[in-house]
Amino acid sequence: MNFELTDIQREIQRLCREFAAKELIPNARKWDETHAWPTDAVKKLAELSLLGVAVPEKHGGAGLDNVCYAIAMEEISRGCASTGVIMSVNNSLYCDPVSKFGTEEQKEQFLKPFASGEKLGCFGLTEPEAGSDAAAQKTVAVRRGDEYVINGSKNWITNGPKADAIVLFTMTNKEAGNKGITAFLVPTNTPGFIRAEPDKKMGISAAWSCSMFFEDMRVPAKNILGKEGEGFKVAMSTLDGGRIGIASQALGIARAALEEAVRYSGERKSFGKPIREHQAIQFMIADMATEIDAARLLVWNAALLKDKGVRHSQESAMAKLYASEMASRVANKALQVHGGMGYSKEMDAERHVRDARITEIYEGTSEIQRIVISANLLKD
Amino acid sequence: MNLELTETQTLIRDTARKFARERVAPQARAMDREERFPTELFRELAELGLLGVNLPSKYGGAEAGVVAYALAMMEMAAADASVSVAMAVTNMCAELIHAFGTDAQREKYVTRLTLGEAVVGSFALSEPHAGSDPGALLTSAVKRGDRYVLNGSKQWITSGAHAGVMVVWARTSGTGNKGLSCFIVEGGTKGLHIGRHEDKMGLRASNTVALTFEDCEVPAENLLGKEGDGFKLAMTALDGGRIGIAAQACGVARAAMEATVSYTKDRKAFGEAVAEFQAPRFMMADMKTQLSAAELLTLRAAYLKEQKQPFTREASMAKLFASETSNRVCDKAVQLHGGYGYIDEFPVERYFRDARVQTIYEGTSEVQRLVIARETFRLIG
Repeated sequence: MNFELTDIQREIQRLCREFAAKELIPNARKWDETHAWPTDAVKKLAELSLLGVAVPEKHGGAGLDNVCYAIAMEEISRGCASTGVIMSVNNSLYCDPVSKFGTEEQKEQFLKPFASGEKLGCFGLTEPEAGSDAAAQKTVAVRRGDEYVINGSKNWITNGPKADAIVLFTMTNKEAGNKGITAFLVPTNTPGFIRAEPDKKMGISAAWSCSMFFEDMRVPAKNILGKEGEGFKVAMSTLDGGRIGIASQALGIARAALEEAVRYSGERKSFGKPIREHQAIQFMIADMATEIDAARLLVWNAALLKDKGVRHSQESAMAKLYASEMASRVANKALQVHGGMGYSKEMDAERHVRDARITEIYEGTSEIQRIVISANLLKD
Repeated sequence: MNLELTETQTLIRDTARKFARERVAPQARAMDREERFPTELFRELAELGLLGVNLPSKYGGAEAGVVAYALAMMEMAAADASVSVAMAVTNMCAELIHAFGTDAQREKYVTRLTLGEAVVGSFALSEPHAGSDPGALLTSAVKRGDRYVLNGSKQWITSGAHAGVMVVWARTSGTGNKGLSCFIVEGGTKGLHIGRHEDKMGLRASNTVALTFEDCEVPAENLLGKEGDGFKLAMTALDGGRIGIAAQACGVARAAMEATVSYTKDRKAFGEAVAEFQAPRFMMADMKTQLSAAELLTLRAAYLKEQKQPFTREASMAKLFASETSNRVCDKAVQLHGGYGYIDEFPVERYFRDARVQTIYEGTSEVQRLVIARETFRLIG
């Protein structure tokens, strides 16, 4: 048993911290206020090989392990949670399934340029009436010769407005339920692929998401990812990894909130002394710091199991559940430490609360995580 | 980073698990009811190396490290928290004497503890008016020739009536944290009186007594460290002790969770097993998640101590998080057992009572939060 980071893991941490300090922290509030897509930051992520962290080098990625990925996600999200989720979607939800289930030919077209950051990917599972319950989806793909004709819609697709391709989930056999789901790789410039305006969200405002519609959209059969009917397996395996990304994002947001609270509590005085000398503030800080460390260990534990190639659904779900709920608690306490200033847009505390809130919802709500965890716990 | 156990760690865990399940667990309920301290079990624990897990084999230890110690504590606590606390205190006394003792002290006393000749060890720091704040303690030690004469009283002393070797804190000069010294005192020394046995809510098979020192003479060679080192020794021991109690909390919480998983699968309500309903499942998901986090925090603190790196902050985090978690988990375990959770036919009411002290002893949750806040301000600034 060894809790030390490797030299490479430390180096990634240092690199991402430096990037966050220089390019993300100074801009995050502005991007949030203006709902500006962080174009330069995403370009820089590509230069730093952070858009395909765990993808093998021969497929355009950095070829690093998932602990590196978790570390990078935490540091980037500490600087800007929106940039964090853009990165997470490209890494975990797009590149990871293409890397795991794609053919060599598919990898040339749909992985290399995305892992290297030349292009951006997104993941289309959620629909207006199907979120965590994947089998309820209504997007339909029907075979016509060498092609499939796809009709339907998806929503809340992060990176959707900017993406060059999507891992798209469809129903190819309604009667078969989960076994009737098929995943496709679809370039977003395919005729019949229509994107709506970006969603107006409470937080992570600089990470654009949108609804999309497919009208008689024709996709070659060779673009099926995995096999026909294997879509559910592709989706679940992808989400096991995606949850590590979002848990790391939550961790980064929580750390930013704690650090702000610590700083502010040293400056702001009440009753003749800095507020951090009051025990009530100290105790809040202590709980925040402890819960952040607890969450990080859960996240790294899940990442280590993913690197070993063993089943990690339960560990990913525990990391995601705990880290996301922790991030909301910590961000709220940090806002409280700031008092009235915490409610003002002049400081970052309120943004952290808004950004943290989504982590309890996307990539499987807390309720879905509890279903996954209890199913594993009670199965034998 | 690699969280797989080494062969030694696996061996110690499995040894502790087997002993805990076969020898300890079957007696746990009776020992609790009868407030019976199981003297005979400690001989066997010593034979398995579990009274000196992190001590060199030269001094009778298993030489298996701190992570292995934490794993062994988790297993023992899952069977019986009372046995585990006596085991923890004995390990802690042996480690303290080994860390600060002279060769002669090590030869004589560490071995007595690890081999079970002392039955168990006791750690006598707390007094009626000095717990988390040792600087307030009043027991005095005055040097007379080649002896120290101890006078005063101690409270909440675990295993006090059974310990063959004790470490005792007393004031040799001054006030506050300075002027405290630590002594090795043998059980049965003249002038050492065993006081009232505390009637406790939980840990009922653990012996907790008050001690009175009345002109109790201790050879000068039994001073541990130097005069005035007492505070440093206490803090060092407590940092390590917190890992032990965190591990105990993890063990009790795991037992409560496992009992709940098994009960909710058997018990039916509205025609279905309780485990099929979402509300109980969600409670169990939270129990499992928090327990996993507590175990990782505990093993991390143990790892840092083993590597001789600073671990004060991490030990406090582990102790705080694990003890609060075990109380929540045991509370939910009682809830999910319904009425059966409240009677002693089932073990969860004992787990609940045993868990309650974990947020109190070896530094209350409040003391842990002070430590963590201080360290956080130091790190983040």
